Amino acid sequence: MASSQFKDGIAAGRLDPARYAENFSDLHPPLDHHEALVEADRCYFCYDAPCMEACPTSIDIPMFIREIATGNPIGSAKTIFDQNILGGMCARVCPTETLCEEVCVREVAEGKPVQIGRLQRYATDEAMRQGKQFYQRAASTGRKIAVVGAGPAGLAAAHRLAMHGHEVVIFEAKPKGGGLNEYGIAAYKTVDGFAQAEVDYVTAIGGIDIRYGKALGRDFHLSNLAADYDAVFLGMGLAGVNALRAEGEDADGVENAVEFIAELRQASDLSRLPIGRRVVVIGGGMTAIDAAIQSKLLGAEEVTICYRRGKDRMNASEYEQDLAASHGVTIRHWLQPKKVHADGGKVTGIELAYTAEKDGKLISTGETLTLAADQIFKAIGQTLDAGALNGSGSAAPELVNGRIKVDGDGRTSLPKVWAGGDCILGGDDLTVSAVAQGRDAAESIDRALTG
Amino acid sequence: MADIRNNFVGIKSPNPFWLASAPPTDKAYNVERAFKAGWGGVVWKTLGEEGPPVVNVNGPRYGAIYGADRRLLGLNNIELITDRALQTNLREIKQVKKDWPDRAIVVSLMVPCEEECWKAILPVVEETGADGIELNFGCPHGMSERGMGSAVGQVPEYVEMVVRWCKANTRMPVITKLTPNITDIRKPARAAHAGGTDAVSLINTINSITSVDLDNFAPQPTIDGKGTHGGYCGPAVKPIAMSMVSEIARDAETRGLPISGIGGITTWRDAAEFMALGAGNVQVCTAAMTYGFKIVQEMISGLSNWMDAKGHATLDDVIGRAVPNVTDWQFLNLNYITKARINQDLCIKCGRCYIACEDTSHQAIANTINGARGFEVIDAECVACNLCLDVCPVENCITMETLQPGAIDERTGKVVEAEYANWTTHPNNPMAKVAAE
Repeated sequence: MASSQFKDGIAAGRLDPARYAENFSDLHPPLDHHEALVEADRCYFCYDAPCMEACPTSIDIPMFIREIATGNPIGSAKTIFDQNILGGMCARVCPTETLCEEVCVREVAEGKPVQIGRLQRYATDEAMRQGKQFYQRAASTGRKIAVVGAGPAGLAAAHRLAMHGHEVVIFEAKPKGGGLNEYGIAAYKTVDGFAQAEVDYVTAIGGIDIRYGKALGRDFHLSNLAADYDAVFLGMGLAGVNALRAEGEDADGVENAVEFIAELRQASDLSRLPIGRRVVVIGGGMTAIDAAIQSKLLGAEEVTICYRRGKDRMNASEYEQDLAASHGVTIRHWLQPKKVHADGGKVTGIELAYTAEKDGKLISTGETLTLAADQIFKAIGQTLDAGALNGSGSAAPELVNGRIKVDGDGRTSLPKVWAGGDCILGGDDLTVSAVAQGRDAAESIDRALTG
Repeated sequence: MADIRNNFVGIKSPNPFWLASAPPTDKAYNVERAFKAGWGGVVWKTLGEEGPPVVNVNGPRYGAIYGADRRLLGLNNIELITDRALQTNLREIKQVKKDWPDRAIVVSLMVPCEEECWKAILPVVEETGADGIELNFGCPHGMSERGMGSAVGQVPEYVEMVVRWCKANTRMPVITKLTPNITDIRKPARAAHAGGTDAVSLINTINSITSVDLDNFAPQPTIDGKGTHGGYCGPAVKPIAMSMVSEIARDAETRGLPISGIGGITTWRDAAEFMALGAGNVQVCTAAMTYGFKIVQEMISGLSNWMDAKGHATLDDVIGRAVPNVTDWQFLNLNYITKARINQDLCIKCGRCYIACEDTSHQAIANTINGARGFEVIDAECVACNLCLDVCPVENCITMETLQPGAIDERTGKVVEAEYANWTTHPNNPMAKVAAE
C-alpha cells in the first residue's frame, strides 16, 4: 500500500505504481479466436434483426457475425465499416446493453444476449491489425468541404465525403483528433491509444486535412468557412459545462468532470494525477459514472455520486451503474447540491438538499445532508458554446433549446451548413449516433453538391 | 423399472447398447474400459486373415463436419481393419470374454472372398468363446480396393455365398454388416437372408469427402498432399441409416430378420428410434469417439426412464413398433390437413420462420401483429410444410395443429373430410384405381 493512500485533500500517488496499469487495463479484454467463434455460433441470423434496428448506424449485425463464424473476419469488418467507419471505437464504448444487445432475441429468450460489441471489436481489430483499407476515394470532384471538429461526427462525415471524391479540411480545436474518444470516455474502455489509431485509420483514405489547434470563434468564423468552402459540417460537440448553481462552487477542488477525464486520458503517468481522498460527483449520466469509477481507480477512498432524481431517471445505463457499484462507488439519489463548504478556499464538503418530485416538478423537501469531500466533480451536462457560432457578422444557424436545429439530412437553417453529433438538437451523447449523423450529413452534402 | 436386457439372435447382454466394430474396440484396454463404463457388448474391430497385418496411413485418418459450437455432426475415416496381429487380438478377445461373461463380444471379420480363408479363421475365433461373428461387407475404403469390405457388400451374390460358407463352418451366430453404398439396401439384405444369416447390421460408413484444404486443394484428411474418400458416420448419417433399417424391416422377404441398428446413434432417443424401426439392438461408435464411453450411462437411464414413463416393460415392447407406420408416399392420407401455429408466449421474434417461408416457401407467415414485430401464420396460404417449425430455434414454439373434420381449410376453401383418401384414388392421378363398381 502506498503511504499516501489515506492522505486528506487532493493528492497524487495514492496507489502503488503497479496498481495503476492494472486498474486502467481493458474493461472487456478482446475475444480471442476461439471465444469469437463460440460466441458467433450463438447468433441466430435473425430476419430483419432487432439488433440491427437498434443500432443507430444500422450495421448488418447478423451478417458480420456470420462472417466471423465462417472464418471471414475481413469481410465482417467491411460489413461493419460500410455503415460505421468508427466501428472499432463503437465496439468498445457503445452502451450495447441499451442498444443492440438489449433487443437480441437471445436476451429475450435466455437473458444472455450474443456479445455483439465484443464480436464487432474482434472483426474490426483484425482488419485494423492487418491495415486493411476497404475504401478508395472517387475521382476528385474539385469540391472543398470544411468540417468543424475531428470527433466521431466530423470523422465519419469527412471519411464519407472523401469517399465521394471531395477535399475535406477538418478544423480541430484540440491538439489531437478523436473528440471525446480521445478526451472523454473512461480510459479502461479504450486502451493503448486506440482513439489515435482510429483517427489514423479513418484518415488513411486520403483527402482529409486535419488542422489542429483551430477553434471556431477564436481562430476562424463560420462566415469564413461558408465563403471559402462549398459546404460546411459542424461537429464540434459541446464545449460548455453547466454550473452547479450551488453557493461557493468557485472553491478549489470543484472541477468539471469532463476536464478531469480529459486530463486523465492525456496523462502519461497516472500516479502523478492528483485525486481527492473523498470525492463527490454530481450528475447521473455516463460522464458522472466515468469520473466516479476513475476516481476510485486512482485511489480515492470514498466516491459518491449524487443524482437529483431517482435511479430510473439516470442517463447512465443499468450496466454502468452496476459497474460503478462493483468498483465501490456509492450512488445516492434525490439529492441536489446546495452549498459547497470550504476552508481556506479549499473544498471540505458539500451540503445537499433532498428532493422529491411533485406534479412532475423537482422540489426540495427541506431536509439536507452534508458529505465530507476534498474534490467535487460536476457532471451535470454540457452545453453548446453558442458564442463561437457568431462572428464576422455572419448569421448563426438557428438554435433550439441551446442546440443546433437540423432537418433529417442534418441541414441547419443556413444554406451551405450541415451539423451532427452532440451539438445538434436530438444529439444523444452517443458516439454511434454522432457517427450516423456525420455519415448521413455527408451523403446529403454530396447529393447537394453533385446532384 | 423397465427391463432393458437384450437378447439378440441368442446373444445376451445387459442392455442393447453395443460398441460397433471400430477403433474403440480394437484392443482389450479399450474394451475393458467400455465394459467398466457399462456398455452391453462390443463388436471387436475387424480381424483379417493370419499373416502380416494390414498397415494404416501414418498421417491423419479422420475428417469432420461441425455444427454450431463445433459440435461434431459427421466423422469420416480412412482407417483400415485392425493392424494388430491376429493372434494378439484372439488372445485378448478370449481373456476379455472370460473376464466379462455377461457382456456380448462379437468378432468382426474380413478375409478374402475364398471359402478356404473363411474356413481358416472361423475355428480360431470360435475358440475364443466369442458370442458371434459379424461379416464386414461394408468398409468402403482401402479394403474394398482389395476385393473385400464393400466390394463384397455391393454384390448380393457374393454376400449370399460368403454367408453360406460361414453358416456351414461355424456354430456361432452370423451377423452380416451391410454397406449403404448401394442403390437398394433390400438386395444385399435379401441375399444375406437367403444365405442363412442370423441377422444383418447396418449401416456401415458412407463414401465421403468431408472437406477440402483450400490452401493446397487436397481432400481432407490429407496425406502428403493427397486424400481419398473415407467412410462417413456420426449424427449426420442417422436419417440415412434409419431409412435403410426400415426398408429391411418392412420388406416382405426379410421381414422379421433381426437387425442390429447402426448409424449416428448418440443418445437414448436415437437408440429407441432405431429399435422402433425394427432394430433388435444398436451399435454406437462416433458418439463414444466424440465424448468417451460414459455416454452409455445416459443412454441406459434415458431408455429406462422413457420405457417406464410409457409403460414399456421390455425391449420387445418397443422393437418394430414403428414399422407398420412406415409406408409408401402413395398411401399417405391426403385428407389429413394441418396448419402451423406459433406460440406467441414462447416466440423470441427472431423471424427465421418468416424469412424461410417468405423467401423459399409459401408466403404464409405475417411479420407484424397489430403493427408491431411479431410472427403469425396465414392459414389461407399455409400448406403445412413444417419448414417454419424446423428452422425455429425454440423447441415447441411452433407446432402443427390438425384441422378436424368439418373445419374449413382456408387455403383451399374446402371442408376437411373425415375419410382417409390417398393418391391411388385421387382424381388427378391418371393411374388412379377406380373403386370397384
